[in-house]
Amino acid sequence: MTKLLIENLSKSFGESQVLNQLSLHVKEAEFVSILGPSGSGKSTLFQLIGGLYSPDSGEIRLDGKRINGKTGSISYTPQSPSLLPWRTVLGNILLGGELVGETDEAAALDMINKAGLKGYENAYPYELSGGMKQRVAFIRSLLSPQSLICLDEPFSALDEFTRLEMQNWLLSVWEEDKRAILLVTHNIEEALYLSDRIIVLSEKPTQVKKEFIVPFPRPRQAALLLSEEFLHWKKKIYNELRVIM
Amino acid sequence: MKIWYKGWRPALVLILLFIIWEVSCRLFEIPKWLLPSPTQILLEGAAGWPNYYRHLTSTIGLAIIGFLIGSSVGIAVAIGLHLIPKLREALYPIIILSQNIPIIVLAPLLVIWFGFGILPKLIVITLVCFFPITVAALDGFRQTSSELMHYMKMAGALKKQIFWKLEWPYALPSIFSGLKISATYSVMGAVISEWLGAKEGIGVYMTLASSSFRTDRVFVAIFLIMVLSLVFFALIVSLERMIVKWKPKGDGKGRD
Ligand SMILES: Nc1ncnc2c1ncn2[C@@H]1O[C@H](COP(=O)(O)OP(=O)(O)O)[C@@H](O)[C@H]1O
Ligand SMILES: [Mg+2]
Repeated sequence: MTKLLIENLSKSFGESQVLNQLSLHVKEAEFVSILGPSGSGKSTLFQLIGGLYSPDSGEIRLDGKRINGKTGSISYTPQSPSLLPWRTVLGNILLGGELVGETDEAAALDMINKAGLKGYENAYPYELSGGMKQRVAFIRSLLSPQSLICLDEPFSALDEFTRLEMQNWLLSVWEEDKRAILLVTHNIEEALYLSDRIIVLSEKPTQVKKEFIVPFPRPRQAALLLSEEFLHWKKKIYNELRVIM
Repeated sequence: MKIWYKGWRPALVLILLFIIWEVSCRLFEIPKWLLPSPTQILLEGAAGWPNYYRHLTSTIGLAIIGFLIGSSVGIAVAIGLHLIPKLREALYPIIILSQNIPIIVLAPLLVIWFGFGILPKLIVITLVCFFPITVAALDGFRQTSSELMHYMKMAGALKKQIFWKLEWPYALPSIFSGLKISATYSVMGAVISEWLGAKEGIGVYMTLASSSFRTDRVFVAIFLIMVLSLVFFALIVSLERMIVKWKPKGDGKGRD
């Protein structure tokens, strides 16, 4: 049942300790958001899960297997879209699978259509708007063969309209094929609207400060954003964060 | 189309220069062996075609072979140095240092060691060609965006995949800058190598012309070298346009 299990993870860069005995888990088909002040080590956490660095101490387990310092175990969308400029939309989307030797062009084209990018299959990234690039990066993640998806502030560079549209699109895709998602954000509304569970991090050296289970039923509707209950939860989490910042 | 539109100012300057040159030659009655006028050079250029065309083809052949060898060596050296950092630390300064040896000084040595055949000539051209490419390619590899590098690593790319799918395409525009410089150098390199001793080539034609005071032919040779360099440059530019298609066109300049 547990997809990702992180136990007592610590990491320092030189003198400064970033993560201090951090523990968390993500269950199968669960959408978990991590909320934390900027500089608290959220991207560092993802880079540890992704195997870019090894932790100083602690365990990272995916499906029970230890993946400390092992790359290629998660599907990752970085803070910026990070598309390869010399590849077309289709080429970029196929990249994740290509690296492990399994590409599915039909699935990619299908996803491109669903994401409203029909006709852009052969466009280069420079020809796309910010929102479209982000969408391509999402599809690349979703079509990568790994079972855990890690999204690092994927909506932060988008304007308000595009953001809501993209959030709804992500939810609709995810409802169809529920994989475990770990999302980093510093937007409370976004965390509430999207996730099943919210993990609030402390300041550096970072630990898990508090956890909230989000009670809203799925599929979520945009109307939820204006409801009394949503506002109540927003306040609750805001107060928790205010103590930190 | 655009190049004509943009190029009218330098063209105007050139035409003015030629007019002043022509008029001065006639006005001061400068002897032809000292400084021929543009029309005299032009006439010799047209009339002397049967004289120099086999020199021209010989130089073109030499420059192309030299350029192909030089740029392959340059790219291979760059890849080697990039993939083995210890090698780069050890060799990069020496490669830079080697560029301080003038090729003119090296050339006689090469003749002593390798004789008058094609080998020392190709070595000369390779030596002038490989450096700009090696430096440009190494820079390109090193400038690979760390963001994309992180993504590739986290996605599980192997070292080989990172090189061919990320670093190589990322460095291509830089490599083409190097190739453009080397392509023009290769013509110079070919002419210099022909001065070492050859049966034919623009270098030979030039030596013969100057020793018999046919200054008009020396100028014809100079123009041939310039035109050849320009053509080589243009060929690389069009190759780049064909291969590097992912850059926004027009780059925002080109207003006039
Ligand atoms: N490669 C690194 N070397 C040194 N310090 C780093 C490195 N990566 C991150 N840090 C430091 O770790 C802290 C957390 O950074 P980051 O994980 O990017 O935070 P967040 O994503 O939560 O904003 C910052 O203080 C940053 O300066
Ligand atoms: Mg971050």
